[in-house]
Amino acid sequence: MSVLAKNKGFQVVTSMEEAKNPMSSKKIVYDTKDLNLWYGEDHALKNINLSIYENEVTAIIGPSGCGKSTYIKTLNRMVELIPVVRISGEIMYRERNILDHSFKVEDLRTRVGMVFQKPNPFPKSIYENVAYGPKIHGIRDKKTLDEIVEKSLKGAAIWDEVKDRLNENAYGLSGGQQQRLCIARALAIEPDVILMDEPTSALDPISTLKVEELVQELKKDFSIIIVTHNMQQAARISDKTAFFLSGEVVEFGKTDQIFSTPFDKRTEDYITGRFG
Amino acid sequence: MVVREKFEEELNQLQTKLMELGNFAAAALTKALEALETGNVELALKIIEDDALANIQEEEINDLAILLIAKQSPVAVDLRRIIVAIKIANDIERIADFAENIAKSAIRIGKEPLVKPIEHIRQMYNLTTRMLAMSLEAFGEEDLSKAKQIAELDDQVDDLYGQTIVDLLQLNATNPHQSPQITQLLFICRYLERAADHTTNIAENVFYLVKGKRYDLNN
Repeated sequence: MSVLAKNKGFQVVTSMEEAKNPMSSKKIVYDTKDLNLWYGEDHALKNINLSIYENEVTAIIGPSGCGKSTYIKTLNRMVELIPVVRISGEIMYRERNILDHSFKVEDLRTRVGMVFQKPNPFPKSIYENVAYGPKIHGIRDKKTLDEIVEKSLKGAAIWDEVKDRLNENAYGLSGGQQQRLCIARALAIEPDVILMDEPTSALDPISTLKVEELVQELKKDFSIIIVTHNMQQAARISDKTAFFLSGEVVEFGKTDQIFSTPFDKRTEDYITGRFG
Repeated sequence: MVVREKFEEELNQLQTKLMELGNFAAAALTKALEALETGNVELALKIIEDDALANIQEEEINDLAILLIAKQSPVAVDLRRIIVAIKIANDIERIADFAENIAKSAIRIGKEPLVKPIEHIRQMYNLTTRMLAMSLEAFGEEDLSKAKQIAELDDQVDDLYGQTIVDLLQLNATNPHQSPQITQLLFICRYLERAADHTTNIAENVFYLVKGKRYDLNN
């Protein structure tokens, strides 16, 4: 350095991204406000406030029992199937409160698809698995159904592997293929949001990477919320990450920030494997 | 429950290796100055020969860091600690190179008497080795106040450097026949000033480790 440089300050070098300070123009898909949920006496979700934006992948991480699966199941009201559940607060989906009784759960589920931990295809042909949703929504025309099946299987990056055996039973597919078929089945109803509850935990590493790549593609057209135990997966594929602990959101922010410089010590301890 | 015990152990090992490299570079600087002041060519030759050890130690640190990244998928402060260790190892290795360069200059000067007492050079050396020790302590203890002090000490090194250069150039004007030795002394000043700058880099990395943000301590 120059010997003439005298006044040494301690200036923070801001990143280009920070310097540009872009205002997000994305719309909010889900806005959760003061959400509380009890399983009987057990207070499973505590004052959750989260805004989920469209065309983003939002990852939910946290140790077992932290409430992350409960939370994702409130987003399509699956949690209501459990009789002892009580809920307070609001979950605004496209500015309408889905917890309001006037909001029909059938309407919600045509807008919000779900993919589960273990692939759960129907014991039917590959074609019928994908056509099932559109059919119950009243689509009967064979040509239209053919188009939906092809588009959905292509969207789930499995078309090339199954196009010559669409009439074979889905159970004959590998686990990774079955999971992508389930994603195709979710896509067939043209949802707005796809919820994924540990979608790769039962898959081998290559199938996992295929699903991860698929998620990156799908976010162009859908908003994705993914619960994962695999923190590297959350770091790789998500735009935002929420860290849940004991039913609370400890930290929610950009994934890059959460995995590099989390604000909360508990987040840091969890992502670095110091507990959990 | 303590988890990732093995990882913690390997991180500590990385830190220990870094401290060893730091001590090696500090000792090399000390010996280089002694070789200069006493005209001890054998000692200077030994410093040059031993510099390969610093390179080996740096490579070992890099290999361990790469293995840790591959095996442990570190994130956040753990990842910064490893990345910072790689960068600090590089800075220390460069400091060891400067010790080698001083030794080479000492050989060129040989046993001929020095044109003038070199108290400024010794002061620069004292400050630089102090800064090196402090920067490693700051890293080990994640002590930002120590890291900040290094920047202040670097100002003193820069002042001494500026002053010594002027003195030596004036001496050169009046003693042109001593030019070869004065040139070597000018080089030595430059090596020490650069070595001090590398300790400032280490201090910046301590800030990055602790805060996750980059600080420029040189401006």
